[in-house]
Amino acid sequence: MAVLNVIDRDGKAHQLETVEGWRVMELLRDQNMGVEGICGGACDCASCHVIVAEDWAARLPEPREDELFKLDELPEIAPTSRLSCQIIWSDGLDGLSLTIAESA
Amino acid sequence: MPVSTASQSYDVAIIGAGPTGLFSVFELGLLGLKAVVLDVLDKPGGQCAELYPEKPIYDIPSWPVISGQELTDKLLEQIAPFGADLKLGRQVKSFERRADGRFQLTTDRNDTIDAAAVFIAAGAGSFTPRKPKLEGLDSFEGKSVFYAVRDRASFAGKDIVVAGGGDSALDWANDLSEIAQTITLVHRSDRFRAAPASVEKFRALVAEGKARFVEGDLASLTGTGGKLQAIALKTKAGIETLAADRLLAFYGLNIELGPIAEWGLDLADGKQIKVDTEKFQTSTPGVFAVGDINWYPGKLKLILSGFHEAALASQEAFRVARPDEKLRFQYTTSSSELQQRLNVNATKKVA
Repeated sequence: MAVLNVIDRDGKAHQLETVEGWRVMELLRDQNMGVEGICGGACDCASCHVIVAEDWAARLPEPREDELFKLDELPEIAPTSRLSCQIIWSDGLDGLSLTIAESA
Repeated sequence: MPVSTASQSYDVAIIGAGPTGLFSVFELGLLGLKAVVLDVLDKPGGQCAELYPEKPIYDIPSWPVISGQELTDKLLEQIAPFGADLKLGRQVKSFERRADGRFQLTTDRNDTIDAAAVFIAAGAGSFTPRKPKLEGLDSFEGKSVFYAVRDRASFAGKDIVVAGGGDSALDWANDLSEIAQTITLVHRSDRFRAAPASVEKFRALVAEGKARFVEGDLASLTGTGGKLQAIALKTKAGIETLAADRLLAFYGLNIELGPIAEWGLDLADGKQIKVDTEKFQTSTPGVFAVGDINWYPGKLKLILSGFHEAALASQEAFRVARPDEKLRFQYTTSSSELQQRLNVNATKKVA
């Protein structure tokens, strides 16, 4: 099965199970990675902020404008910051690596 | 800051003006109980109004589609007959049980609320400003660094740095440019998420030399005893240091559980308040938790679940607030008493 590689806020590495069609935020939330997804995936709260590994960033679909605006609102972002509720899992993402950003 | 010292008495104090808090007013009102609703935001509606006012919601019974703001407006219309006090823009800091069994709540604006029962309908917690990660930030907060403008006049003649790219940042940069010594807007790109008219006005001020825009991020603060003297900015060209005695940071709002965590209630996962599923009562009798903030086996964070929980909690709140009265279960379709409370004409039929 395709896997998602995650580094949590304590720096600990995890390999997560994935489900085709789920939002990455939901995969993180339901496997207790400390991601809340307060707004439920509406791209409105930024509580699912992650930093995607550099070699993966360009392989993901481009962020939409509302995601860019929401990221812009945060006091600190990285060049490969994304909101994980806006990344829909497909098995083509097998091995995707990301780090959960500190909560702002 | 306005200060009210007189204690006000209610049957129930509701913490949180989101959909569940507002509907609690309705269910309590039908039982003849008087409520006050407290919220940290300066508008009712909670997440529905703050995070997604324009977004459609499809799972509210009998509303095939309704936006967060419309739902809030409809709830306010529905609870209007009960005349609940809405106390907004204040956070409940503490609650304690008095010797006579009633509760006393205190807010950060020094309100004192006295109530027979407390409903915690706080959703995911309190909306609080997101803060930049800068060394020594807390020593400047409330003195030189602010996340909102409460006293506009105190910014007159100051060297002000405004951080952020949304409506609040642009609006205040534009407004304060009239009274500031200097005003500089700092944002990491020149892409602004603000009303086009505000962006246009700001660009015009920059063109006239009345405001400055720096593309970059805040790097560090310099000053002593809470008095800000300079702000270093990280720009593409390197570090730029500006003389500044005020920083206004507008990085949106975060949600955190806040003071509720300190109230001695049993929590699940440290984030949700444990309740029973008969009365939705917490580990402290007389204190109820309804909506997204509570937890019980099978809990779903849905607005409709919050409505159900509010109805059941209200029954027990009646027994707490009116121990000598008998609770009579009635329907709004047939009870003239309920219709009177709803301020509707009993003989009128829905067309």
